[in-house]
Amino acid sequence: MEQEIVKVKNKKGVRVIPGFGLLMGVTLTMLSCLVLIPLASIFLSVGRLNAREFFEIVTSRQIVSGYMVSIFCALGAALINALFGMMLAWVLVRYDFPGKRLMDGLIELPFALPTAVAGISLTYLYSDQGWIGSFFDKLGVKIAYTRGGIVIAMVFVGIPFVVRAVQPVLEKLDRQYEEAAMMLGAGKCYTFFSVILPEVFPALLAGFGLAFARGIGEYGSVVFIAGNIPYKTQIAPLLIMSKLEQYKYADAAAIALVLLVFSFILMLVINSVQIYAQRFSKG
Amino acid sequence: MTVKANNNYEQDMVGDGLHSLQKVIESHREEEKSVWKYILIGVCVLFLTVMLVIPLAVVIINALKDGWTAYKEAVVDRYTLKALQLTLVVTVLTVLVNTIFGVCASVLLSKFYFWGRQILAALIDIPFSVSPVIAGLLFILTFGNKGWMGGFLQQHNIKIVFAAPGIVLATMFVTFPFVFRELFPVMNAQGKDEEEAAALMRAGGFMIFRKITFPHIKWALLYGIILCTARAMGEFGAVSVVSGHLRGKTNTLPLHVEILYNEFHSTEAFAVSSILVILAVALLILRSFVEWKRK
Amino acid sequence: MEKKMMEETAAYVEMKHINKTFDGFQASRDVSFGVEKGRLASLLGPSGSGKTTILRMIAGLDRPDSGDIFINGARVNDIPGSKREIGFVFQNYALFRYMTVADNIAFGLKVQKKGKAEIKERVEELLELISMEDLKKRYPHQLSGGQRQRVAFARALAPNPQILLLDEPFAAIDAKVRRELRAWLREMIRRVGITSVFVTHDQEEAMEVADTVIVINQGQIEQMGTPEEICGQPQTEFVRAFFDIKRDLWHKK
Repeated sequence: MEQEIVKVKNKKGVRVIPGFGLLMGVTLTMLSCLVLIPLASIFLSVGRLNAREFFEIVTSRQIVSGYMVSIFCALGAALINALFGMMLAWVLVRYDFPGKRLMDGLIELPFALPTAVAGISLTYLYSDQGWIGSFFDKLGVKIAYTRGGIVIAMVFVGIPFVVRAVQPVLEKLDRQYEEAAMMLGAGKCYTFFSVILPEVFPALLAGFGLAFARGIGEYGSVVFIAGNIPYKTQIAPLLIMSKLEQYKYADAAAIALVLLVFSFILMLVINSVQIYAQRFSKG
Repeated sequence: MTVKANNNYEQDMVGDGLHSLQKVIESHREEEKSVWKYILIGVCVLFLTVMLVIPLAVVIINALKDGWTAYKEAVVDRYTLKALQLTLVVTVLTVLVNTIFGVCASVLLSKFYFWGRQILAALIDIPFSVSPVIAGLLFILTFGNKGWMGGFLQQHNIKIVFAAPGIVLATMFVTFPFVFRELFPVMNAQGKDEEEAAALMRAGGFMIFRKITFPHIKWALLYGIILCTARAMGEFGAVSVVSGHLRGKTNTLPLHVEILYNEFHSTEAFAVSSILVILAVALLILRSFVEWKRK
Repeated sequence: MEKKMMEETAAYVEMKHINKTFDGFQASRDVSFGVEKGRLASLLGPSGSGKTTILRMIAGLDRPDSGDIFINGARVNDIPGSKREIGFVFQNYALFRYMTVADNIAFGLKVQKKGKAEIKERVEELLELISMEDLKKRYPHQLSGGQRQRVAFARALAPNPQILLLDEPFAAIDAKVRRELRAWLREMIRRVGITSVFVTHDQEEAMEVADTVIVINQGQIEQMGTPEEICGQPQTEFVRAFFDIKRDLWHKK
């Protein structure tokens, strides 16, 4: 009711709270200067290429392999994070144990720790001289300077996304759903997969998508551990970097545009699923 | 048996008793005591130890590998201090600008109704889905000597790319939505009734913000500032693109770490990293404190 | 043989000297009562009186601190709720949001790993019982409050439970349709012939629907009996007051 009244007022152009013009001005100016205008530059740069040139650049073997490495490693890392993120959120919401607050705070570490620091630390740890790497080296498994290393770095940067997306939903989830399932004879596992998982799925997917997007774009933590072997462990952002070092700006812009479009589509899909899922939440 | 229904009866009789009892019952829902609990906690602890705790320990241990003196030398090195200085300047400027933006944008989007709100909110979120390297690239394409503003800048002898201003701009881009994202949900949930009431009493815009809006958002604001600070201070990809990697001039701490590492000065690289680790952990502790205060 | 006879006449659901405390708040004090097989009992009391706690203890969702719960003569304190063969209708129905009406009803049968044909047959049967055959493909958010209640009822009955428990079954329903649904629910329970206990704070509801009314206040049983007994011969001050308020209001109107 109240909201409707406000809407009617605003349609007539009556705004009770002062400052609308000023705030709108500041917001739009800053948004334009810092985000929109720079973003437009990429279209200007790509626009200097004709369609054939553009197509040749983004389908060259090295670039395609870069995209593939970035996308598949990020996908793998996001899946790992979805699994462990779900577990962490569950443990943090449902159980009480000593050190819980510490665990909760620690999850944010990848947000706070500079990616370059994470990069060199993980590289050291998983190289054949590091604590974990040397152990796997004896088993004949190399992690640093392989795609496995890239996945580990991407897992590191993506940890908080799934946990922070699922945690609040799990906290708010009405226990009656579980109790209803239990009264109908369902065991804990069955209840989890048939009743709880569908409830948290939209949030899980959102967290997964954010971790995935972050992985695709990640540079700092990956570049050290990847080893940057052409066609094997070169990620797309690294290719942009190397085009820049060769002063091939248009090429770099073309590669970047494809990645950008991919990320935007990813975000669009995730948002659509969220909106679709909201339909079920009435009542 | 036709007794008239009386729904108010129970409310009259018990009042708030209902809520408090339900809370008590909620908090006492029997906690699962199955083996699952311990297995899951165990797996989570193991995962976090391997993925987060050990990498953190590696930094500190490697930094101190060659002893305290070597550590101190690496930290008080001239170039390290210069890089630290630049990092601090960049961080302060970024946080300042993004805080002003975050406050303005979230007041605008939560307290006013206008066409295109959703679109504006979506545009603000763009930097979240842009790779840091691409963020850096955007500024080169704009202000670099081949960029569309490059000619103009060269004429007036203004240097943005491969200089400090470029680093600041790239960092601002990457952390642009951080404060907004923390503030907006809080302000939106609070609604605008109080502000409108104050406005009807002829309070000015700034007065309304200071006296009414701000008290509701101060912890969320601090929280957003902390996140923004952490991210700004550690930004690597975007800064790496726009910085010319000039030692002592356009090197931030994370870039300095990279240079040292690539020159095989591993101990020094970890020593410089440890400064960043300490700052990150301090921010995390502060974050936990703020979170605790908020609740 | 004699023993069997005994059991049949004795209470089907029985609570003996139940005590339950939450954080120093005594939700149940020495609660003892029984419900005979096939009867419909009502736990009536104001909010916070501990009636829902009693229902949850019968269901095995909460454990009593002391006292015994018997179902069909067997002590069930240590048997988990999922194995007590109880159907439970929750206050807000707790229908699974991402399942259709048919899937909601089939849930308990799927858990028992029944055959597909058997599940389908049982679901159809229940849909017919609640007259919702046309709506079986709908999701809970596409149903009215009354329809949701009917689905919750059918879902609880699907695995053929021995006891049906209902927590404030009409609380989430518009006052207008409440009366109609009340008659419907009583009729259904009679037809299925299942031993049932339902919780309510509404005297009219208890009087109209139940065979036996158990009045509860501050975790204690005040009085137990048929609606006529309770209304006609209130035995405690509380019961008298509880029903007087109602009468006064009624007379004023």
